[in-house]
Amino acid sequence: MITHDLVILGTGPAGMAAATTALEYGITPVVIDEQPAAGGQIYRALESTPVRDRRILGEDYWSGESLIKGLKDPQIDYRPATTVWQLTRQREIGLLHDDKAEMICARHIILATGAMERPMPIPGWTLPGVMTAGSGQILLKSAGAVPQAPVVLAGCGPLLLLLATQYLRAGVEIAAILDTTPRNRYRAALKHTPGALRNASTLLKGVGLLRELRRAGVRHIKGVSALRAEGSGQLERVLWKQQGDDNWQTLETPTLLLHQGVIPNTQITRAVDCHHEWDEQQLSWRPRLDEWLSTDIPGIAVAGDGGGIVGAKAAAMQGQLAGLGAALALDKLTLANSTERAQPIRKALARDTAIRPFLDVLYRPAKQWRLPDDDTLACRCEEVTGGEIRRMAEMGCRGPNQTKSFTRCGMGPCQGRMCGITVSELLADANQQSVEETGYYRLRPPFKPITLGQLAKAAEEG
Amino acid sequence: MFKRLSPPEATNEAVVTFHFDEQTVTARLGDTVAAALLTSGISICRSTPVSNAPRAPYCMMGVCFECLVEVDGNPNVQACQVEVRDGMHVHTQQGARRLTS
Ligand SMILES: Cc1cc2nc3c(=O)[nH]c(=O)nc-3n(C[C@H](O)[C@@H](O)[C@H](O)COP(=O)(O)OP(=O)(O)OC[C@H]3O[C@@H](n4cnc5c(N)ncnc54)[C@H](O)[C@@H]3O)c2cc1C
Ligand code: FES
Repeated sequence: MITHDLVILGTGPAGMAAATTALEYGITPVVIDEQPAAGGQIYRALESTPVRDRRILGEDYWSGESLIKGLKDPQIDYRPATTVWQLTRQREIGLLHDDKAEMICARHIILATGAMERPMPIPGWTLPGVMTAGSGQILLKSAGAVPQAPVVLAGCGPLLLLLATQYLRAGVEIAAILDTTPRNRYRAALKHTPGALRNASTLLKGVGLLRELRRAGVRHIKGVSALRAEGSGQLERVLWKQQGDDNWQTLETPTLLLHQGVIPNTQITRAVDCHHEWDEQQLSWRPRLDEWLSTDIPGIAVAGDGGGIVGAKAAAMQGQLAGLGAALALDKLTLANSTERAQPIRKALARDTAIRPFLDVLYRPAKQWRLPDDDTLACRCEEVTGGEIRRMAEMGCRGPNQTKSFTRCGMGPCQGRMCGITVSELLADANQQSVEETGYYRLRPPFKPITLGQLAKAAEEG
Repeated sequence: MFKRLSPPEATNEAVVTFHFDEQTVTARLGDTVAAALLTSGISICRSTPVSNAPRAPYCMMGVCFECLVEVDGNPNVQACQVEVRDGMHVHTQQGARRLTS
């Protein structure tokens, strides 16, 4: 097995910045991503997007060009379209590219695998035609594809509003935005305004998006308190209630895009069993990291939204920090030198992330949007409802690994990615215990599909 | 259902043709299988092993596994993570629980 100095997983802003920083200190990293092109979520398909009118995706999107250029340095061993299906505590990495599996080893690893959208388990969310806002944006960026008929966007958070404005600029008809931000949230968020003002440009961008939607006359329904998707075999209509009104209102649509923020995608850090903690402010799990963004496993660090949601700009800054951390770990820099170089980055990072408490409070999804009711599916793969999980709690199940063995919840193809956080929160709520105490699924490799044939080939050659 | 802002023919982009069950589908070179299906009026790619409920791509980023299809005889392929190739044979997937097959 070949051992490399540094392997970086992910080519979003965090992974790309980590790679170029490491290179500055004489480390030639291997950089892996399952996407066919660099950019991660925010800069997805930047080099190949059919959306050439730069106004549509906006300047934040196109600002990724310089990071992608940096990654193309011939000294960086960049391997696109390569999936990581296995990682061990000894830093052995299982790769799959073009049907060919391979194992490599690394002295130091930076995981920059980003975030995923928080599940929004409403009645009918498994109907074809119901998708996530992120998926809508991925279709727009990578295929220039947009909903055919007037689309309904529902939920909360900056990404939902960003997609709405991108659709608007592309001429897509938006039937309505159903905003689930609870009304009292605006007031609660106000006390975090001083922090938010330290990152005024992000704050102003958000205000700008709202103004753009209002000017265009997009139907923006606020204070939505209940939501369901209906149709036989396929989405046909969306129903909702507004705070203070007991009547259901209806819109016919074949496409509903849901979103309520993003959470760290902890599948890989869980699979190596890093120590994780529950972040009550962001309502999500995150790996515990030290000042160099290292996990509790020697030689494995996490940069970007995979370690807690910080946003794209801060993700790149964390990438730089993790790159410095790698240089320190690989003896390319002394502690004094790396500490000194890290200082301006840490300062910029503190300024940029000062807006997080404001955003976290404003867009914190209310409990009813996180905990599915008794008849609604929590686990999409094995079709386990919120009610079944609550019944398991009544029968004495304290944690997700118990409900898993009784109901198969979390054992389907997604391996709990879509239900994990929901089940932790459901059980914590039902058992009146903390989410931390409730815990999370124990995961087994592989964490991406791989066939026995591909595995056998890797073993023969390995 | 999704449509293209500008059809690949109109933008001189390379086009590929592949098979989905009994249909022939045309897509833009570089599309994922899931994007190609969604822009061709195909909205269902698998059924669940529990209740046989129809499912379609949901996240497009590789986390939900709703887009599992069979590609050239290999089951459990994430349609949102694989690019279309000329002459590819894609089939809807019925059931199938395990990732290692
Ligand atoms: C769907 C979606 C859309 C978003 N769009 C925006 C946006 O338009 N604007 C914005 O400001 N923020 C957006 N965000 C928020 C996003 O999290 C950004 O803050 C930013 O992209 C985070 O950067 P990152 O480097 O931490 O991770 P990412 O940009 O998410 O990059 C992670 C990379 O890791 C790769 N990866 C993950 N797992 C594996 C594996 N097992 N094997 C191989 N490769 C793997 C992924 O393919 C991906 O390219 C979006 C988030 C999501 C989930
Ligand atoms: S659509 Fe979610 S994994 Fe492919």
